[in-house]
Amino acid sequence: MTELTNLTISEALAKLGKKEISATELTQAHITAIEKNRHLNAFITETPDIALSMAKASDERYAKGTAGALEGIPLGIKDLFCTKGTRTTAASNILNNFVPQYESTVTSKFWKDGALMLGKLNLDEFAMGSANTTSHFGNVLNPWKRNNGDTTDLVPGGSSGGSSAAVAARMVMGATGTDTGGSIRQPAAFCGISGIKPTYGRCSRWGVVAFASSLDQAGVFARNVEDCATLLQSCAGHDPMDSTSANLPVPDFKALLTGSVKGMKIGIPKEYRMDGTPEEIIKIWDQGIEWMKDAGAEIVNVSLPHTEYALPTYYIIAPAECSSNLARYDGVRYGLRVEGENLIDQYERTRAAGFGNEVKRRIMIGTYVLSAGYYDAYYVKAQKLRRLIYNDFMNAFEKVDALLTPTAPSAAFGIGENEDDPIKMYLNDVFTVPCSLAGLPGMSVPAGVDSLGLPLGLQIIGKPWDEVTVFNVSRAIERAANFTAMPATVVSKAA
Amino acid sequence: MSMDVKTVAKVASLARIRVESDELDKYSRELSGILKWIEMLDNVNTDSVEPLANVANIELKQREDVVSDGNYQQAVLKNAPESLQGYFAVPKVIE
Amino acid sequence: MAYLIRGETGDWEMVIGLEVHAQITANSKLFSGSATDFGSEANTQVSFVDAAMPGMLPVLNQYCVEQAVRTGLGLNAAVNKYSVFERKNYFYPDLPQGYQISQFLHPIVGKGVVEIDLPDGTTKEIGITRLHMEQDAGKSVHDMHPKKSFVDLNRSGSALMEIVSEPDIRSPEEATAYITKLRMILRYLGTCDGNMDEGSMRCDVNLSMRKPGAPFGTRCEIKNVNSIKAVQMAIDYEAQRQIEVLENGGVIKQETRLWDPAKGETRSMRSKEEAHDYRYFPDPDLLPLTLTDELIARIKATLPELPDEKKHRFMGDYGLSLYDAGVLIAERERADFFESAAKGRDAKLCANWVLNELLGRLNKDGKTLSDSPVSAENLGGLIDRIADNTISGRIAKDVFAEMMDSGTTADSIIDAKGLKQVTDTGAIEAVIDSVMAENPQMVADYRGGKDKLFGFFVGQVMKKSGGKANPAAVNDLLKSKLDG
Repeated sequence: MTELTNLTISEALAKLGKKEISATELTQAHITAIEKNRHLNAFITETPDIALSMAKASDERYAKGTAGALEGIPLGIKDLFCTKGTRTTAASNILNNFVPQYESTVTSKFWKDGALMLGKLNLDEFAMGSANTTSHFGNVLNPWKRNNGDTTDLVPGGSSGGSSAAVAARMVMGATGTDTGGSIRQPAAFCGISGIKPTYGRCSRWGVVAFASSLDQAGVFARNVEDCATLLQSCAGHDPMDSTSANLPVPDFKALLTGSVKGMKIGIPKEYRMDGTPEEIIKIWDQGIEWMKDAGAEIVNVSLPHTEYALPTYYIIAPAECSSNLARYDGVRYGLRVEGENLIDQYERTRAAGFGNEVKRRIMIGTYVLSAGYYDAYYVKAQKLRRLIYNDFMNAFEKVDALLTPTAPSAAFGIGENEDDPIKMYLNDVFTVPCSLAGLPGMSVPAGVDSLGLPLGLQIIGKPWDEVTVFNVSRAIERAANFTAMPATVVSKAA
Repeated sequence: MSMDVKTVAKVASLARIRVESDELDKYSRELSGILKWIEMLDNVNTDSVEPLANVANIELKQREDVVSDGNYQQAVLKNAPESLQGYFAVPKVIE
Repeated sequence: MAYLIRGETGDWEMVIGLEVHAQITANSKLFSGSATDFGSEANTQVSFVDAAMPGMLPVLNQYCVEQAVRTGLGLNAAVNKYSVFERKNYFYPDLPQGYQISQFLHPIVGKGVVEIDLPDGTTKEIGITRLHMEQDAGKSVHDMHPKKSFVDLNRSGSALMEIVSEPDIRSPEEATAYITKLRMILRYLGTCDGNMDEGSMRCDVNLSMRKPGAPFGTRCEIKNVNSIKAVQMAIDYEAQRQIEVLENGGVIKQETRLWDPAKGETRSMRSKEEAHDYRYFPDPDLLPLTLTDELIARIKATLPELPDEKKHRFMGDYGLSLYDAGVLIAERERADFFESAAKGRDAKLCANWVLNELLGRLNKDGKTLSDSPVSAENLGGLIDRIADNTISGRIAKDVFAEMMDSGTTADSIIDAKGLKQVTDTGAIEAVIDSVMAENPQMVADYRGGKDKLFGFFVGQVMKKSGGKANPAAVNDLLKSKLDG
């Protein structure tokens, strides 16, 4: 019998429906996997008791014939989603002991459909990072290793590194993520799994700890495209509590998932062929282009002329919003408090002890670019560039149905690499940030491995609200790539 | 634009983050590096471009004026580092 | 006539602009569904949004938007169809988000005008610069613990309108008149209850001094001026302070000062100065607010008659004096009371009764019009009995006093106490005859030329008739009997 943790969500739902397996068994198998993989540090808080009690309820619903669309599927939740009664930290010392008294809209929707929570997944502090090396709760390790005998621990990508590592290591069947500049797509690529950031406004931000409100968007990870579609179906949709959530019907992603790209026009943005991009990245991209042609799509070269300005634009807008969003962490109503000589001293000590270096850097950059005398030069300038970047995409989408690009400029790198200069780390998001600035749906699917056996992902970017096309192109890549490689942890366990 | 230590100190104070004097140099170096990189945006003429604050192309949502929330003092105070008599407590503020 | 202050170097003129924060009358807060009642137990009217818990998001209260538009229209102001909510960033324990959601570059209402009434009977126009919507902060309580300040977020997130005037005000009297009129307009519109004691209306004063005709000087902003009396006192104090500085060769530093009502002085708020960089930027949790012409037209169509219009109508339609009309329209409820009492009756007589008797008595009893035992209808009923000679004006006062005590109608009191005026000449003549018979000497004296005794006879007749004799009839009959 196939190991339960290797099942896809679709397979598991089928078996649960036929009562070949129980939700409790399935959950227990994942709890065991979590225990075996603790060295990856993917979880900040494990919640096996909650998972088992939810599983029991699921089994009862299966017995009664009232099972929901995700009944009995064990998920991991990025610890940026507030979960009622379960500590939610945003991987920050400042929220070390914060227990929300409310449940985020996205997780509520999952629970309503019968999914269950295995625990809260590690991430970069407040989702600020690209390697999951800024968490107060320690680095997350990528379950993948280089195949040349190099035992260096690799990063899982960030900020949703706990999510990608846990899904790849078969600790959870799927996971939530958030993506502000690539925080779902880049870790998905680094860990050889699929992840989608839907259109800005598709999933509610209510109850998700904010980093940069005009960019933050919740999404999902799974080990294939179909499962991502199933998960997104559950958590997407209008929320009257989020003023930026769109009141649009959610298409039936799974029913519309044909994987056909026949006659589609796929855009290849020439600016993404950047100097210094490793040959292997270009190679997998070219391979993806061939697959598209083979599947009957038309390849169209397009130009997104302001691509090179996307990262600096992002590193004005995101820090500006973060500097304001994180002002609420002042030790007055919740979270860490470090006593001081007076109130201001208490604020300053609390925030100095509560935030890590990367968060402090971004708060300070953000504070600076909004301050008197610099607002126009930096913040307004960045908003204007954002408009130009947005317009680039809209122009391209007059000619094509979707864009195909690499997800990240490299495979997973070693922990500690790219840490000497913040900008080096920022460059990881060079292919994902433009799509975020434009609020577009973007997905990463594993397309192959590099010469060291590490997974590489391709990114599919769609028109606003057109996740259906994004899923179909992704499915076509997935089918062609036939990605079967497994991370070291899973292979060794099987052996 | 570079961020000298004086500016770093001022920004840190605005952001209410205590920065020790021996950290100022490091911040000044790092933040100046980031600012210098950001300034490549100056290469683009944006005189006739409208700023874009949010891509959500929808009407601003509005709610009915009904009391539908609140009235759970305990839940609000649940995570407070210090609360007394139903209030949040902080060191005395002297104005 | 210009209001000038004589200094050692000559006359000085005040230049004043006022920023009034008015709490919008609404059931729930500007961006959350918690209640807005005054005086509830601490932190009960607080949602997770108001407490700025992680991941909480604002959703705009539609009614507050309409209230702001209504106010803008009531201030004869331009309503902006496009406005933007921005964040004003600063740290304070009663500001949970670490920023206040406000409007900055694009307020919902632009320029308008308010006509103020001055004590000498003249009027003056004060320009409105803008009106914008914003969140209120919570409240810090400093006197409940020796070492702690306590924070109550009940008010946090309530909707405010900040109404900024042009620097058109030139004296404490004008400032008072402006606030009075603004408050009256807001109360007429139903957009703010204007209750300064409960903090529903708060005021910041911007003041500078100049020699008459000279350009504007440097201004100071005085915060925490929360009653009309405080506005006057703060202005007087600050004007003197600035004159002293200027006349001693000093310069006024542009700063924020705090009005200390206990000490009766303003003092510098240095803490506020140091961190005076609010880093406004559009709130990314909210999109720009756009209003349709239809909405504005719909609100416009439902605007009530405003104080000035009403005043002029009262003077024109009812022939009231400027003063009487002014007092009647000061409260919308009062004006409505008057109008419903005066309907189909002698309006001037009604005005007298409302202004002199009713308001006087309510004031004495510490009551307001809304808890008056005498309704407009019942007051009208009393006036009808005066008009149809059922009772005299003097008896009417007794009946009114009784109505105030019992809450019943004039007719029932008149009936029960048999106060119906005697107009039967026979009955009155009989009383006159008996009075004359009892006072032969007086009759002789009167007839001998002591005209002043006429009053004595009137008094005796009225007394003997229990006050019910019709005074006009008594006069006529008495005169003919005495003279005859």
